[in-house]
Amino acid sequence: MEWKQLADNLFSAGHTINETDHFLSGTAEVDGHTIAVIGTTNHAPIGIEIALAQAQAVLKVVREHPQRGILLLVDTQGQRLRHRDEMLGINSYMAHLGKCIELARRSGHKVVALVYDQALSGGFITSGMMADACYALPESTIRVMGLPAMARITKVPLERLTELAKDNPVFAPGPDNYRRMGGIEAIWEDDLATQLADALRDPNTVDQRAALGLARGGRKLSQKVVEAVRSGTHVRPA
Amino acid sequence: MSSYLEANARERIQRLLDPRSFEEFLPPSERIVSPHLAQLDAPVAFDDGVVIGQGLLNGQRVFAAAQEGGFMGGAVGEVHGAKLVGLLQRAVVERVDAVILLLETGGVRLHEANAGLIAVSEVMRAVLQTRAADIPVIVLIGGSNGCFGGMGIVARCANFIVMSEEGRLAMSGPEVIETASGVEEFDSRDRALVWRTTGGKHRYLLGDCQAIVTDDIDAFRQAATEAVHACRQGSAALTLAALEAEQAMLAARLQDFGTQDEPMEIWRRLGIDNPDIVPMLEATEFTALVERSVDRQGAK
Repeated sequence: MEWKQLADNLFSAGHTINETDHFLSGTAEVDGHTIAVIGTTNHAPIGIEIALAQAQAVLKVVREHPQRGILLLVDTQGQRLRHRDEMLGINSYMAHLGKCIELARRSGHKVVALVYDQALSGGFITSGMMADACYALPESTIRVMGLPAMARITKVPLERLTELAKDNPVFAPGPDNYRRMGGIEAIWEDDLATQLADALRDPNTVDQRAALGLARGGRKLSQKVVEAVRSGTHVRPA
Repeated sequence: MSSYLEANARERIQRLLDPRSFEEFLPPSERIVSPHLAQLDAPVAFDDGVVIGQGLLNGQRVFAAAQEGGFMGGAVGEVHGAKLVGLLQRAVVERVDAVILLLETGGVRLHEANAGLIAVSEVMRAVLQTRAADIPVIVLIGGSNGCFGGMGIVARCANFIVMSEEGRLAMSGPEVIETASGVEEFDSRDRALVWRTTGGKHRYLLGDCQAIVTDDIDAFRQAATEAVHACRQGSAALTLAALEAEQAMLAARLQDFGTQDEPMEIWRRLGIDNPDIVPMLEATEFTALVERSVDRQGAK
C-alpha cells in the first residue's frame, strides 16, 4: 500500500508526515493523543544515512516528548549492499538505530511497528522487530533473502526452495508465517485506525515472540530451549 | 601462544576461562538439534553450533557462549538462537559479573530462514535486556568466518568488542555484495581489500571495536578480563547521553569519510601518516602507533 493512502486509513484526525529520500517522519493524532511516526518507503535500501536519520528522529522524541507513542512504518528491501557502507560500518549504524528504539521503549514510549509493504532482513531487525509489538498488513511480504540468493548460499536447489516457499512456514514470505512463529503479533485487516489505537494501549513491553511461536505452533522449540537454559533443566518433550 | 583463529569453539571457551571452571549448559549429550535441517537433508549438530555455560574469568563469575564456525559457518538457527537467549536471561537471574560472547558467524542460518531471522532479533533484544539489568556483555571476534549479518549488528549492541587483527566485523559479506552489485562494487577475491574494509585494525581505527589483540587465546583472555573491569566501573545500560554521543560520532564519520572509497585514505585522514605499513604491524605496535597518532572517535 502507498504510504499516503495508509496514513489516510490510519489517521482520520490528520497527520504531518513528510517523505524525504525514502525517509518518513512526522506526527499524527490517534485516540486524542499525538504520536510520532517514523519509517521508510519505496522499499528503501537501508544505508547508513537513512539508518542515522531514523535514529535521530527516535532520539528527538525521547529527548523532547516524554511518553509519546511511536509508530514505525516498515517498507524496506533490506540493508544497502555497497562496499562504502560496509567500510563505514553499516552494522554500527543499524545497531545504533536498534539501540535508540530500545532506549525509547525503556524510557516509557510505547513503540508499535507496522509492516505495510516489504520487510527484509537487516532493515527489519533494527526497526520493526525492535518494537514492543510488530504488526503487518495481509498483502505485505517478510523475508530474509530472495530465493535465488538463498539457493546459491545454502546449495539447496532453487526448485526445492521454491516448492518449500509455497507453504512451508520457514521459507514462505507471507506475514501469516511470521505470525505463527510469533514474529508478528497480528495481521491488521479492515479497520486499521482502531487496531492501531488498541496496539498503542497494549501495556505489554516484554519480548514474547518465542512464547507466541510455541502457542501458535510455528516455532515449537525456541521457548522450550530458552526455558531449559534459564532454569538449568532439560528441554521438555513436545 | 595458542591461536584463537585455529581453535574450535570448545577449545576457545575452555582456554579463555580459568582451568576446569567451565560448566556447559544444555550440553551435546542432551541432543537438542535443529527441527528444520532434516527437511533439507542437511546435517545436524548436537549443540546446534554453539557452546554455552558458566565459568570463571580470572576469578570473575561469567557466562560465556562460543559459536562453532565449523558448523554451518556459526549461523544462527532456532535452537542456536534460543540457547543464546536463555543464557542471557539466566545471566540476569543469577547476576553474574558479565556475559562473554565468542562470536563467529555469518548471521541468520538461511536453512532456517524465517525462524533464523526472528532468532537473531531475539538475541539482539536479549543482549540489550541483559545490559539493562546492568550486566555487561563483551564480544570477542577472531574466528576465520568473522562476524557478519545480523550478528554484526548484535556485536555492536554489546558494551565492548575485542578483535584480533585477523577478525572481521561487518554486515553483508563481500560475496553477497559482489553477487548483488557486481565485482566492480566489491571484489570478494581481493583479500587485502576485504581485510582493509572489515578487519580488526580498520574497525579499531574507526572506533567500532575497543581493543585489538594478537591471534592468541591468552591475549583475548587478558583483554576480556580488562574489558569486564572497565565495563563494571560504570553502568552497562543504554543511556540517552551515550546514544546521543554515538549519534554525533556516527554523523561525524559520515561527514568526514562519506565520500571515501578506500579504507587506507581514511586511516591517513585519521592521522596515520604512512597507512601502507599498518597491515604489517603486530597488534601492540599498531596500538602504540594509533596511541601516538590518532584521536580515535567513539573509543572508550
